[in-house]
Amino acid sequence: MAVDLNKLHLRAPWQDLTTGMMIHAGGTSVEFHTGEWTAVKPSIDQDKCKKCGRCHMVCPDSAIVVRVVDNARMEGPGCGKTALDRMYQVDTDHCKGCGICAYNCPFDAIEMEGM
Amino acid sequence: MTSLKEFMDRPDRLAPGHRMCAGCGATIAARNVLKAVKPEDHVVVTNATGCMEVSTFMYPYTAWQDSYIHNAFENASATTSGVEAAYKLMKKKGKLKEDENFKFITFGGDGGTYDIGFQSLSGAMERNCDYTYVCYDNGAYMNTGIQRSSATPMYADTTTTPVGSKSNGKPQNRKDLTNILVEHDIPYAAQTTFFKNFSDLYKKSEKAIYTKGASFLNIMTPCPRGWRYNTPEIMDICELAVETCYWPMYEVENGVFRLTYEPKKKLPVEEFLVKQGRFKHLFKPENEHLIEEFQMEVDRRWENLLKRCR
Repeated sequence: MAVDLNKLHLRAPWQDLTTGMMIHAGGTSVEFHTGEWTAVKPSIDQDKCKKCGRCHMVCPDSAIVVRVVDNARMEGPGCGKTALDRMYQVDTDHCKGCGICAYNCPFDAIEMEGM
Repeated sequence: MTSLKEFMDRPDRLAPGHRMCAGCGATIAARNVLKAVKPEDHVVVTNATGCMEVSTFMYPYTAWQDSYIHNAFENASATTSGVEAAYKLMKKKGKLKEDENFKFITFGGDGGTYDIGFQSLSGAMERNCDYTYVCYDNGAYMNTGIQRSSATPMYADTTTTPVGSKSNGKPQNRKDLTNILVEHDIPYAAQTTFFKNFSDLYKKSEKAIYTKGASFLNIMTPCPRGWRYNTPEIMDICELAVETCYWPMYEVENGVFRLTYEPKKKLPVEEFLVKQGRFKHLFKPENEHLIEEFQMEVDRRWENLLKRCR
């Protein structure tokens, strides 16, 4: 049983709500764009980035995503075989601009833009 | 043993789009604890009421990729016990596939763990229910507006222990919950926080989740709103908590204590306190003795821990 999120808006009639207010899918919050909360966004300088992954670990919003650069093996997040296959990118739809990644980057490769 | 890279490469089990504050420590903890679960295993997350519950599970949005149950403050552990018992029975009756494994993890804040949820937690630990309780300790009831809890450190400014001419913040010491849980004689209990490259957190989470029987993980998660520090400095705060021995990193496996990190040079506790707005009043010239008292308490607990570890 899947949920149609478009039907479950704020003014949805009770007949459209799921029984027991259950949600029959995982990770539906990606549809909600918390990126609108901020005007400040981090930007990663890919030349300075050494792919240590610190920013990915410290992000409270799972908003630093790992992309595999080699197209032949594009199978999902973080599946690169070596560090160089990976590329860290900011998910601007969900980043709330807290600045933890920029402050904690050991190589100063992340800067907060729009300040 | 899983390598750090393997942990990092695992897909997130906590989706973005939840409504926790920018820079929240609790979600950093939840994300990284869940990375310790093998990708092929399923998780049933139970959540006590708290920041994490109200902001990750707003109908019809859920940030959890796995099954998720919210229950009240008092009975998160009891709920997990029930689910785990049902799972065991279904497995025995052959209603679930042989190769499908479920892991049970309960998240609770310090209010839902140290205070309100303590009786059900204690009960589930005593029954040695096969689950992991993860307490994200941010040292107050942050969800309802920074009221003191029994995890709040001494002299912290909260809305129910406000600092003023007659008060210096919370007058009592904090409860040492990890030790209390250790006394339940559970197979695994540990205390950790965000430190260096997170390998400590990953290893302890993996051990806790894959230990048969009840295990307890206490994670210090700074809260930028309640602790009033500069939000990006979260890792510095955690490092100082460990280096000053305010938050020692240790684990207890079947009653055997082991320090997982020992600071080379123990720093004075001021360095941890000075970064936080909730301790600002301690740095007035007339309040020097309060810092001394705080330091004495930290020293006493650290010495006690060292005795048990050696």
